[in-house]
Amino acid sequence: MTVEMTRRDWMSALAKAPAARLAALWQALEMAPEFTWLRAPEIGATMVRGRMGGTGAPFNLGEMTVTRCSLQLASGEVGHGYVQGRDKDKARIAALVDAVMQGDAAAQVRAELLIPLQDEMAADSATRAAKAAATKVDFFTMVRGED
Amino acid sequence: MYVAVKGGERAIDNAHAWLAEERRGDRDVAELSVAQIREQLSLAVNRVMAEGSLYDPDLAALAIKQARGDMIEAIFLIRAYRTTLPRFGYSKPVETADMACDRRISATFKDAPGGQVLGPTFDYTHRLLDFALAAEGEVPEAAEAEAKPGPVPHITEFLNKEGLIQTEDESDEVPGDLTREPLELPADRALRLQSLTRGDEGFVLGMAYSTQRGYARNHAFVGELRIGRVAVEMDIPELGFAIDIGEIELTECETVNQFAGSKTEPPQFTRGYGLVFGQSERKSISMALVDRALRWKELGEDNLGAPAQDEEFVLYHSDNIQATGFLEHIKLPHYVDFQSELELIRKLRREAMEAGETVQQEAAE
Repeated sequence: MTVEMTRRDWMSALAKAPAARLAALWQALEMAPEFTWLRAPEIGATMVRGRMGGTGAPFNLGEMTVTRCSLQLASGEVGHGYVQGRDKDKARIAALVDAVMQGDAAAQVRAELLIPLQDEMAADSATRAAKAAATKVDFFTMVRGED
Repeated sequence: MYVAVKGGERAIDNAHAWLAEERRGDRDVAELSVAQIREQLSLAVNRVMAEGSLYDPDLAALAIKQARGDMIEAIFLIRAYRTTLPRFGYSKPVETADMACDRRISATFKDAPGGQVLGPTFDYTHRLLDFALAAEGEVPEAAEAEAKPGPVPHITEFLNKEGLIQTEDESDEVPGDLTREPLELPADRALRLQSLTRGDEGFVLGMAYSTQRGYARNHAFVGELRIGRVAVEMDIPELGFAIDIGEIELTECETVNQFAGSKTEPPQFTRGYGLVFGQSERKSISMALVDRALRWKELGEDNLGAPAQDEEFVLYHSDNIQATGFLEHIKLPHYVDFQSELELIRKLRREAMEAGETVQQEAAE
C-alpha cells in the first residue's frame, strides 16, 4: 500500500498512536539518530472546543493533556512531536519520526513504522465499528390491529 | 479567651498515614492498579474527566484510586492538577458529525438514516444483580457485523431541511472561557454550556428532571444521542498548519423541544444541546434539557420563575468543587470566629436577663 502521506497525516497518526506500540516499532527500526533538543518534552493542556448543536458557534468543552517537544537531528532536520497524554518518551519518538521522515530514511520509516501503525489503528477502529454494527436494530412490523 | 496555638502536625501526619492504610484496605485482597480502574471502572473515569474538565483517563483513574472512590474528591484532584498545566492552545471545534459512533439512537425517528445503533448500553438490561460477576470468568467476545463506513449525519439536520427546527448557524466567534475569566452574569450560551458540561452530574440531573416535572415547560425528545470517538485538531504555530493532537470519546445529545412560537420566533422545534467527555449519557441528556431551559430569554419565552430557568441559580450552584470547598470549610477550625460568636451570645443573654430583671422589678413595684 503506497498511499500518499503528508506531514499532517503522519503527525496526526503519531499523536493518536498507542505509546507502547509506537515505541516497539521505533525500536525495531534500530535507528538512533543524534539530535539536540530545541524544546525538551513539556506536558501541557489544550482546551477542546465543541459547537452548539453540533454545527453552531464554538464553546469550550474542557481540556486534554498533550505533550510536545522539538528537536534537531545532527543532519539538520527539525522534528516536532505533539502527542495526546503525558508520555514524554512518546513525544520524543514522535518528534524523531517527524524529523527522520524529512530525510533519506523516509521510505523505510513509512513502510516499517507509519503504515503498520496506521493499519493497526484502522483495524482497531474497524473492530469497534463492526461491534457497533452488530447492535443495530432491525425493526419488524407487528401484525396490525385495524382489520 | 481563646489563645491562638500552633500544633496538630503529628496528629495530621498520623491521620494521613492511617488514611493511606485504610485506602489500601485488607492486604489479603489484591491491590487495584490504576490500569484496572481505567479499564474496568471506565464510567467513573469518564465522570471524573468530565467534571474535572480534563481528558486524561490515566490521571482520572489515579485520582479515583487516591480518593478511595470518592468522586468529588477525585474531581478535586484533577481540577487542582489541571491548574498546573501550561495551556498550549485551543483546538478547532470537534466535528461530531464525523464521530466514529459506538452508539447512536434517536427517540424521534425510527428509521433514522444510519440506523439505531445501541452500542454497549445498560438499556434493556433487567437491573438484576449479576452474581456471575462475583466469580472470575471469561467474557464472551462481542458479536460483529459488517459496518458501512461513511459519515453519520446528525438526525436534526433532516428536520432542518424542512425548516421545522431552529437552526444552529456555524460561526467562528471566540467563546468566553471560564478557566480564564470568572463567570459573570448574564452568561452567554457558550459559557453556560462550558459550565454545564463540567457541572455536577447529580445537580444537572436534578435540574433537568425539574423541567420534566413541569418547572419550565419544555417537553423534550431525544432527537439523537451518540457516543463515540472524534479527532481533536489544533493549529500548530511552528508548522503553520493543523494536525490531530489526539482522539477523545464524547457523548452528544440533541434534544428536540416543542415550541409554540413567541413574540420573536415562529412555531418550530427548538434545540437543547449536551456534549460531555466520555460515555456520559445521563449527564449529556441532562445538560441538553438544562441548556434548553436556560435559553428562554433568547427564544422570547416567558420567565416562569422555574429554578432551571434561573441562570444565576443553575450556574453558581452546579460546580461541585466550588460547592464542596465552601461546604466543607465549615468543618475546619473556626475557633476564633466561634469564640466571638460565643462572646456575643453571652452578652445578649446577659442583657436579656438584666432587662428581664428590670421588668420583673418594675412589675413588682
